[in-house]
Amino acid sequence: MCTTCGCGTGEVTIDGAVAHQGHEHDHVHADGTTHSHDHAHVAEHAHEHGEEHSHSPRYAPAHAHAPGLGAKRMVQIEQDILAKNNAYAAQNRQSLAERGIFALNLVSSPGSGKTTLLCKTIAMLDGQTVAVIEGDQQTSQDAERIRATGAPAIQINTGKGCHLDAHMVGHAMEKLSLTENSLLMIENVGNLVCPAAFDLGEAHKVAILSVTEGEDKPIKYPDMFRVASLMLLNKIDLLPHLDFDVDAVIGFARRVNPQIRVIRVSATSGEGMGEWLDFLRDGLANAGAAKQETVASLKRRIAQLEAQLQRPLP
Amino acid sequence: MHEMSLAEGVLQLIEDASRRQSFARVSTVWLEIGQLAGVEVEAMRFCFDAVTRGSMAEGAQLEVIATPGSGWCMQCSATVALSEVFGACPRCGTHQVQVTGGTEMRVKELEVG
Repeated sequence: MCTTCGCGTGEVTIDGAVAHQGHEHDHVHADGTTHSHDHAHVAEHAHEHGEEHSHSPRYAPAHAHAPGLGAKRMVQIEQDILAKNNAYAAQNRQSLAERGIFALNLVSSPGSGKTTLLCKTIAMLDGQTVAVIEGDQQTSQDAERIRATGAPAIQINTGKGCHLDAHMVGHAMEKLSLTENSLLMIENVGNLVCPAAFDLGEAHKVAILSVTEGEDKPIKYPDMFRVASLMLLNKIDLLPHLDFDVDAVIGFARRVNPQIRVIRVSATSGEGMGEWLDFLRDGLANAGAAKQETVASLKRRIAQLEAQLQRPLP
Repeated sequence: MHEMSLAEGVLQLIEDASRRQSFARVSTVWLEIGQLAGVEVEAMRFCFDAVTRGSMAEGAQLEVIATPGSGWCMQCSATVALSEVFGACPRCGTHQVQVTGGTEMRVKELEVG
């Protein structure tokens, strides 16, 4: 449970269906090692499935404990606490790279204009395949808005959860049947705190801040702006009506993250969208090129092996 | 930060290790928490106690090793000590500092048996 917002466990749904049932996929342990499962999880199964769950009396050590064997010893762990989520994220990243898919994790406060921006982006990228994973505590409103543009969308409802994690996103990716060389946008739960810590397997985190939110947000929520590669300053069409200091917000963002790129946009007027679309197209080109290079190097390797065997591989 | 989900993560690492290394009780757990990791140590202790109740790590002593924060200062072209993530360089005062260390959250080792 998150002490910040009390989010709990076991209530996650993906497009309405409960996320954790018996199914076939690779299981990741807390230390990052993986193995595959092809059966439903039953109570006496030794591996815990899923990220957060109660450690109930059903857990029992599988071996007998000999009395008197009380000698203490040290066990080296040297494991990152978020290793499990990072392992799922690495699987997602690998799966996306193999297909040349450019994936972005969109993070912001609620109401910054993420969904409107996505709808506008999809419309302007006419012809480019875009898929969207939506994250909210409840409702499928956002996924429906995206589907209305013609792009496929999946809704993850986290229940009490305050952020998406790599495990949920991995499941959603499976359900989406993503195509090669496409764009995947993951719209995280509206929250400027929690999603910062959770890698989903994306190429970049994009922080969306609107001009109605206050220039000091980057220094008030530094974790989020530190992990973002790009800040989209949205709703710039409203600047004439506000006392918002654009230079100040950029200065604060650069203080927290000197490398952060800033693009000013308005999803409603279309201003600045050209630069944002160029960013997307560059990302897609890089993802495609990386995939081609992997395919080419695999082909070279196969050719080498065939030459060694002096006959074609079956 | 998510001290409760971090504490659950620690317990999972302990349970996974117990299956691999065949131990049934843990007496001490050493964590390495970076100064810049954004983890509230007292909240971590509270959550660790709560989460380990009824588990094989119940009653385990929690030792937290605070690893120092560091950053690369672009002006000084040197690694400097950092006590806050968006802090200024202690030598020249610029905020153009890239964090290089002190953000880790790890389970280092356990005393078991």
